[in-house]
Amino acid sequence: MSHKALSPAIYGLIAEFDTSTELVEAAQAAYAAGYRKMDAYSPFPIEEASDAIGFHKSRVPLVVLLGGLLGGLSGFGLQYWINVIAYPLNIGGKPYDSWPAFIVPTFEMTILFAGLSGMFGMFALNGLPMPYHPLFHVEQFSRVTRDKFFLCVEAADPKFDIVDTQRFMQSLKPVSIAEVPH
Amino acid sequence: MEKESPNKPEAVCPGKLELAEVKQKLARAKSGPQYWRSLEELAQTDGFYEMLHREFPRQASVWPEGSPRRDFLKLMSASMALAGLAGCVKLPLEPIVPYVRQPDEIVLGRPLFFASAMPFGAYATPVLVESHEGRPTKIEGNPDHPAGLGGSDVFAQASILDMYDPDRSQTITYRGAMSTWSAFTEALKGPLNSEKAVSGSGLRILSRPFSSPTMASLMEAVQAAYPESKWVKYEPVNRDNVRAGSQLAFGEFVETRYNLGKADIILSLDGDFLSSGFPGFLYYARTFAARRNPDLKEKMSRFYSVESTPTNTGGKADHRLPVRASEVAQVASAIAARLGVGSGATAKPEHQKFVTALVKDLQAHKGAAVVIPGDNQPPAVHALAHAMNAALGAVGNTVIYTDTVEVKPQIQTDALKELFGDMNAGKVDLLVILGSNPVYDAPADFEFAKAMDKVPLRVQYGLYQDETYDHVHWHINGTHYLEEWGDGHAFDGTVTITQPLVAPLYNAKSAYEFIFSLVGSSEMAGYDIVRKYWQGQMKGGDFDAAWRKAVHDGFVANTAFPSKNVSAKGPTLSPTTGDKGGAPDTEVMFRRDPLIYDGSRANNAWLQETPKPVINLCWDNAVLISPATAKKRGLVTGDVVEIDINGRKVKGPIWPQPAHPNDSITVFLGYGRTKGGRVADGVGFDAYEIRTSDAPWIANAKITKVGSGYGFADPQGFQYIDYSDLPKGTEPLKNRHIIRKATLADFIQNPNFAHEEEESVPPEMTLYYPYQYTELKWGMTIDMNSCIGCKTCIVACQAENNIPVVGKEQTMRGRQMQWLRVDTYYEGGTENPAVYYQPVPCQQCENAPCEVVCPVGATVHSTEGLNDMVYNRCVGTRYCSNNCPYKVRRFNFLLWQDWTTPQYKMMRNPEVSIRSRGVMEKCTYCIQRITHGRITAEKENRSVRDGEVITACQQACPAGAIVFGNLNDKDSRVSKIKAQQRNYSLLEDLNTRPRTTYMAVVQNPNPELEQSESS
Amino acid sequence: MSQGPEEKTGLLDAPWQDEPPVLTPGQSYGSVTDQIADAVLTRPIGLGWLAGLAIGMGLVALLGAAVTYLFLVGVGIWGINIPVGWGFAIINFVWWIGIGHAGTLISAILLLLKQTWRNSINRFAEAMTLFAVACAGMFPLLHMGRPWLGYWMFPYPNSMGVWPQFRSPLVWDVFAVSTYATISAVFWYVGLVPDFATMREKAQSRYTKSIYGLLAMGWRGSARHWKRYEALYILLAGLATPLVLSVHTVVSFDFAISIVPGWHTTIFPPYFVAGAIYSGFAMVLVLAIPIRHFYGLQNMITMRHLQNSAKIMLATGLIVAYGYIFEAFIAFYSGSTYERFMMENRWFGPYAVFYWALILLNLVVPQVLWIPKVRANTTWLFLISLVILVGMWLERFIIIITSLSRDFLPSSWGHYVATRWDYAVFAGTLGFFAAAIFIFIRIMPAISIFEMRQLLPESEVKAK
Repeated sequence: MSHKALSPAIYGLIAEFDTSTELVEAAQAAYAAGYRKMDAYSPFPIEEASDAIGFHKSRVPLVVLLGGLLGGLSGFGLQYWINVIAYPLNIGGKPYDSWPAFIVPTFEMTILFAGLSGMFGMFALNGLPMPYHPLFHVEQFSRVTRDKFFLCVEAADPKFDIVDTQRFMQSLKPVSIAEVPH
Repeated sequence: MEKESPNKPEAVCPGKLELAEVKQKLARAKSGPQYWRSLEELAQTDGFYEMLHREFPRQASVWPEGSPRRDFLKLMSASMALAGLAGCVKLPLEPIVPYVRQPDEIVLGRPLFFASAMPFGAYATPVLVESHEGRPTKIEGNPDHPAGLGGSDVFAQASILDMYDPDRSQTITYRGAMSTWSAFTEALKGPLNSEKAVSGSGLRILSRPFSSPTMASLMEAVQAAYPESKWVKYEPVNRDNVRAGSQLAFGEFVETRYNLGKADIILSLDGDFLSSGFPGFLYYARTFAARRNPDLKEKMSRFYSVESTPTNTGGKADHRLPVRASEVAQVASAIAARLGVGSGATAKPEHQKFVTALVKDLQAHKGAAVVIPGDNQPPAVHALAHAMNAALGAVGNTVIYTDTVEVKPQIQTDALKELFGDMNAGKVDLLVILGSNPVYDAPADFEFAKAMDKVPLRVQYGLYQDETYDHVHWHINGTHYLEEWGDGHAFDGTVTITQPLVAPLYNAKSAYEFIFSLVGSSEMAGYDIVRKYWQGQMKGGDFDAAWRKAVHDGFVANTAFPSKNVSAKGPTLSPTTGDKGGAPDTEVMFRRDPLIYDGSRANNAWLQETPKPVINLCWDNAVLISPATAKKRGLVTGDVVEIDINGRKVKGPIWPQPAHPNDSITVFLGYGRTKGGRVADGVGFDAYEIRTSDAPWIANAKITKVGSGYGFADPQGFQYIDYSDLPKGTEPLKNRHIIRKATLADFIQNPNFAHEEEESVPPEMTLYYPYQYTELKWGMTIDMNSCIGCKTCIVACQAENNIPVVGKEQTMRGRQMQWLRVDTYYEGGTENPAVYYQPVPCQQCENAPCEVVCPVGATVHSTEGLNDMVYNRCVGTRYCSNNCPYKVRRFNFLLWQDWTTPQYKMMRNPEVSIRSRGVMEKCTYCIQRITHGRITAEKENRSVRDGEVITACQQACPAGAIVFGNLNDKDSRVSKIKAQQRNYSLLEDLNTRPRTTYMAVVQNPNPELEQSESS
Repeated sequence: MSQGPEEKTGLLDAPWQDEPPVLTPGQSYGSVTDQIADAVLTRPIGLGWLAGLAIGMGLVALLGAAVTYLFLVGVGIWGINIPVGWGFAIINFVWWIGIGHAGTLISAILLLLKQTWRNSINRFAEAMTLFAVACAGMFPLLHMGRPWLGYWMFPYPNSMGVWPQFRSPLVWDVFAVSTYATISAVFWYVGLVPDFATMREKAQSRYTKSIYGLLAMGWRGSARHWKRYEALYILLAGLATPLVLSVHTVVSFDFAISIVPGWHTTIFPPYFVAGAIYSGFAMVLVLAIPIRHFYGLQNMITMRHLQNSAKIMLATGLIVAYGYIFEAFIAFYSGSTYERFMMENRWFGPYAVFYWALILLNLVVPQVLWIPKVRANTTWLFLISLVILVGMWLERFIIIITSLSRDFLPSSWGHYVATRWDYAVFAGTLGFFAAAIFIFIRIMPAISIFEMRQLLPESEVKAK
C-alpha cells in the first residue's frame, strides 16, 4: 500500500489504440477487471465505448424537455397576460383571448428554450468549457482529434494501482502506455 | 418686353443683383426647407455680397426715393426672417364679433367661429371661419346664410391656404425696390392733382368685378373726384355672355336666379351649376339634392343636360346629350322651336329622340320646369333660355329675375378693349390695377403688356407680385379677405359682411383703404370706411345693435334682391352657332379650371393636388378630347399636340376623356403661370396665349401632334363598372356591387333593390362574442344620390386634418395623401357613359382587417367603435394598408410635412397632430371634433346631441350628402337613414362591418329615352 | 471495403448498381482530416478567392450606401406606394428565408432519416442557412417606415405598458425567424466543436491555435461527452425539423392571414415550405458545385450528393407545381369574383410576363431533372439551379405585387415599379451572402470532419 500514496501524484494511466474495435474491447476488459473511474477517448462518437465504460444514460433529454416546457408555458402565459389581463384591446373585433393566434409564438418559444437549454445543458454536464485538462500533457493524446483512440484509467479509481494497472494495460496490447501527470 | 420692364435691375443699377431678384430666387424655391437652402446657396454668389454691400446704409444713396435703412432691414426680416411671424399673431384692433349664438345643430367649442364672406367673382360667398387663438385655421359654410345654407365650395375651403401663402407679396415696392406707403402717397400726390386738373381724363382703374356696396360708394367718389376717369372691370372668366344674353332678351342687365326646389324638370344648356364657382352654387347644390331624394317618389326631379365639356354637373343628369359647345345653340333652338319659341333650327337626326322626349316632358311640367344656360354659351343661347323659361311659365316660379348683384355691370371684354385702345392712343396717364393680372389673363389679341408699358405711371394693388408686377412702377401689397373689413352681396343679393380674422400678416392696406386714399384727402381705416357706409344705409333704429348683429351673423337678414318684372322682347332671334373663327378643324372649348379657376388660385397646392371633378386629373391642365376622336387622330394619352388658332399656338398634352364630345377639345384656363409662385409656376400650359377677345369660349383650331410621352398625375384613372381595359375574360366589375343603382320606377317597385345580389354574412354568424358599444357608436352615411362630385369634402378634410401635399411626381407614384377620395365610375362605353361619384373615407369597420395585422397595435378599436390610428405607435410596416380592402390608408413615404415655413405653422389645426415620415395615417371621423362634442356633453352631464358633432367633410358638403352621428341614438338622422333600404355597405361580403355606409343611386330617367340610353 | 458506407446507411438509402458512393474508397481517418483541415490551415489564399471576396465586399459597400440613404430619406426611395405597400423588401425577405431552409433540412431531417450522405454537405449547408437568414433578417427592419423603432416588435416591459400585437403574423415572424436563426446557430456551433478541437491540434501558429482552442472549449473526445453530445445532436435535429417546417409556414401566414385576393389561401403553408426547400437545394448546388471543383473535394462531395439534391429539387418542384395549379383551380372553384379576377389578372394583367416567366423557369425547365444524364452533369445542374433561384424569386414577386396592385376597389388599383434603390439593396444582400460564404470556407472546416470519419468503414466496431 506504500505506492498507493504515490497515486495522487498522477492523474492516471492512458493507453493508445489504433482502431475503435480495440478501444471498445479494451474498455470492456477494464470494466470487467473492475475499473470504474475511467474514460475512453475517440475522434468520433462510438456508442459501444460509453456502454463499455458503464455510462449508459445521459440527462440531456430531460434538460431539453424541461427547457421546452418552460419556454412553451412562459410563451403562452405572456401572451395571455398581455392580451387578457395587462392591456386588453379590441383588435378588429377579435376576442381578447385569441388563443389560436397565440399558438405560433408559443411553439417558437418552446423550440427556442428547448434548443438553448439543450446546448448549455450538454456543455454544463460535460463540464465544458475546460481549457485545461491533465490529458493534454500526454503528447500523443493530441491525435485523439485525428485518428487515435485512448483509454484512460484514473488514479482516483479505488482499484487503481500504478503497478497492477500498468501491467493490466499491457495485457490489452495498446500501441503505447503513458502516465498522465496532473 | 422684358427689356422695357422697369423692374429689371438695369433700370436702377445695371448688372447688379437686386433685392427683387433675391426675393424672386427665394420664391422659386419649392418647399420650406428648400426655401431656406436656396437662401444659403444664394449667399454663396458674389452678386449677393455685392448687393448687400450696396444696400447697406452707407451706400444708401444708390437707393431710389432715398428709402431709409429701416426699410432694408424690414425687407430682410420680411422676406428672410419670417420665422418671427409664428410668434406674433396680431389681432385686429377693431371690435370683431365672435359667432357665439349657437344654433342647435352645432356646438362651437373652444375655437371661436366668425361669420365672414369670401369675395369670389362678383359675388360674396358666405363663410364661417374657425379661429384658434386668433389664427384662422379653417373655413366652413355659414348655416344661417340664406345663400349658403351651410355648405361651402372648394375655393372657400382652400382660401385659408391662400392667406398663409408664403409667396404673397409682403411689401410695397417701387420699380421692384422696397418702398413705403408714405412714399407712395407722396409720389402719387402730383399725378393725382394733375389728373384733377383734367378732371381725371387720364385716370383709369382696372379692377375685378365686385358687388361690394362700400366699394361702389368709393367708385362713385372716384367718379365725383375724376369725372372723366374710367373704371374698367374685367375678369378672364367673365359673364359677358350672360349679360349680353339678358340684354338681347330684356334690353337690360338682369340677374337670373333659379329655384331648383320647385323644379320638376331641369334642362341645362351647358350650364355647370353644380360646380364650385358657379354663382349660387351652394344654394343650387342644396336645393337640387333635396329634390333628387327618391323617397319623394314621382316628385323627384328629372335632370336633362345638353353638355359639351364633361362636368360633375352633367354626371348627375338622368339624360346627358354630349354635343360640341357650338352645337348647343342648335339643340337649344330646336327645343325652343318645339316650345313655340322662335323660328328655330331643327335638331340633328341623332338628337331628335332626345329633343322630342325632352320637350314632351317640359310641356308636361309647365311652371315647374327650368332651363339653365351656361356662362360659356353665346348670348343667343341665353336669350333663348330666357324665352323658353318664359314659355314654360318658369318665370316667377323656378326662375326669378332681379337687379344685377354685380355693381355697374359691363360687357367686360369691350370695356377692356376700350382701355387697351386708350392706352395705345396714349390717352392714359395713370393706370391703377386693382387686384387683377391683365398681363397674364387678358385676351391674347390685346397684347396688354405692350400697351400698358405706354402708360407713364402704372400702379398695381394686389396679393402677388405676379406677371403684371413686371410692368408696373408701384406695387402695393394687398390684404387677403381674412385680413380686411369689407362687404358684398351674395348671389341672391343678401348683404354680406366680411370681417377680418387677423390683422394683415404683412402690414398691408385693404382695397377699400387703397381706393379711399386716391380720393380722400385723409386716410381712413377699412373698418371705418365700411362701417361709415352702412351707418348711412341702416337708417333708423339702433345702428350699433344692427351693425353688431350684421357682423355677428355675417349678413343682413331679408336683404335678398326682390324679383323684378322684365319681359322678353319676344323671340325674334336666329341663333348663331357660337362665336368662332378660323379654319374649322377642331373646336376648342375654353373652360375655367374646376379648381384653379382662372389662374388666380394656381398657387394653392390644395387645389392643385385635388383631382378635378370627373376628370380626376391633378397638377395639370390637359387637352381633353373624346376617346373616339383621339383614336381617329391616332392620339394617345400623353401625346403632346400644338393647338393653332389663327397663328397663335400653344402646346399641351392629350387626355382622352370619356363623355367628351367628338371633334372638339377642351382646354382649362389658369395654368402655365410664370410668376404665380412656387406652386403655380411651370405647371401645365397657358391657354390664355390662344384665347382672343372675339372667341373667348369657343374657337376653331388646328391640332397637330408634336410630341408624346407626357406623364399625368391621375390618382384614379378611368374605372368602368361594366366594361374596361381589364384583362380579357375578366368578368364585369359590377359583380363587386360597388355601385348599386336603380331607376325611380324600379325603386318604387322594389325598394330593396340595393340588397338583391349581395352575399353578406348575417351578424350572428360568428364564433366570437361581438363587442358591445353601449354609449356612443359613431356612424356615417353618404348619399350617392345627393353627392355631386364637387370634391369640396376633399379640400375640407385636407384643411381640417393638416394633410400634407405631395406634388405631381409623388402623386404619379401613387402616394397622394388625401384621406378622403371621391371615386368616379363610368358605365356604358366612352361615348356617353353614366357617371357615379362615391366619396370614400375610412369605413371604420367593426371587424377592421387593418387592426389584426398591425404588429405593434398602432391601430385599435375604441369603445365608440372607431378604428383609431395611434401615430406615435406606428412603425410603418404598411401591412394595415395592404389588408385594407378599401385602400383608405395613407402612408408618409417621405417627409412631406413642411416643418419650417412659419406661415404654415400658424395655419395648421392645433388639435390634429402632424404626422411625419414613416407613419401611416387615415380618416378618423374627425376625432378631434368628436372629442369636443363628448367633452361638452360630459360637462353638461348629458349625452351627445344629434348633430352636435359634425365632421369636416359633412360640414363642407354643399349637397348635404354626408350624415354623421350616434347609431345608438335611434332618433339620430344617421340611424334613421341607415334604417332605410337604400342603405348598403361597400364590399359587404367581406364581413368587415363598415360604420360608413352608402345610399344607393336612384336615377329618374324618362321612360321614353330609357331604352336607347340604358347602359 | 467500399461496401462500408452502405452498411451504415439504412434502408432508406438502399444503394443500387449505378449509384456512386458517398465517399470514394481509399481514405483514412488521417487523410480526410488533413484534406479538410488543410483547406483552411495550409492552403494558400488564391486569386480567385480574393476576386470573389472583393466583388462580395463591393456589393456590401453598395448595401451600406443604400441603407444609409434609406434611413436618411425614408422608404419613399423605393417603388412602393398605396396600394402596393410591400415591394422588393418583402420579396427578398421571403426568398432568402426560403433558401435557408435547405441547410436545416439537410442537417436535421436527413440526420433523423439516417441519410449518411448528408455528412459531407451539412456543414456548409448550415452556414448557408445562417447567412441566408442574416440576409433575410435585414429586410423586415429596413422596410419599416421608422426602423429606429424596430425593437417595438419584441415584447419587453416598458413604462407605457404597451406590447406587441400578437394576432399579427408580423409578430409571429419575429418569433419564428429569430428562433430559427438562434437554433440554426446552435446546431451549427455544436456540430463544429469537435472539429474546432481538431483544428486546435492541427493549427501551427499559437495564435490560431488559441482561437480554435477557445472555440473548442477544451473538447477531448471523451466517451461520456460523445454520449451527451450525440443525444443533444439528435434532439436538436428533432427540434429543428418542426422548426424549419414552421418558419416558412409562418412566413406564408404573412399573406394567408390577410384578406387580399391571391394571399388569402390555405394552400400557402405547404407550398411555401416546398418552395423554400426547392430554392434551398438550388442554392446548395450553386455553392457545392464550384466549391468541390475549386477545392478538389470530389472525393467527399460526390455525384451521389448532387444527384440526391437534384432528386429532392425535382420532388419539391412538383409540389410547388401542384401549388400553382391548385391556386388557379381554387380561384375559379371558389366562385369569388375577386379570386377569379386575381387569377385572370396574373395571366393577362400588367405583370403577366413575369407570371409566365415564373411558370417557365420554375415548372417547365426543372422537368429535365427527370433525365439521369442531366442529373449526372454538374454544368446542367448548376444552370438549372440558377434558373430555379430566379423562378422562386419571381414567384414571390407575383404573389406580392400582382395581388396588391389590383385588389377589391378598382378605383384604388395601382402599379409598382422598382427603383434603383430597390435593386441596390437586393444586390447588396447577395454580396453580403457571397462574402460571408467566401470568408467561411477560409476559416472553418467546410465539411464536418468527425462525421466524415464516421463514414469510413473502419469506424465500425467489429463485434467479436
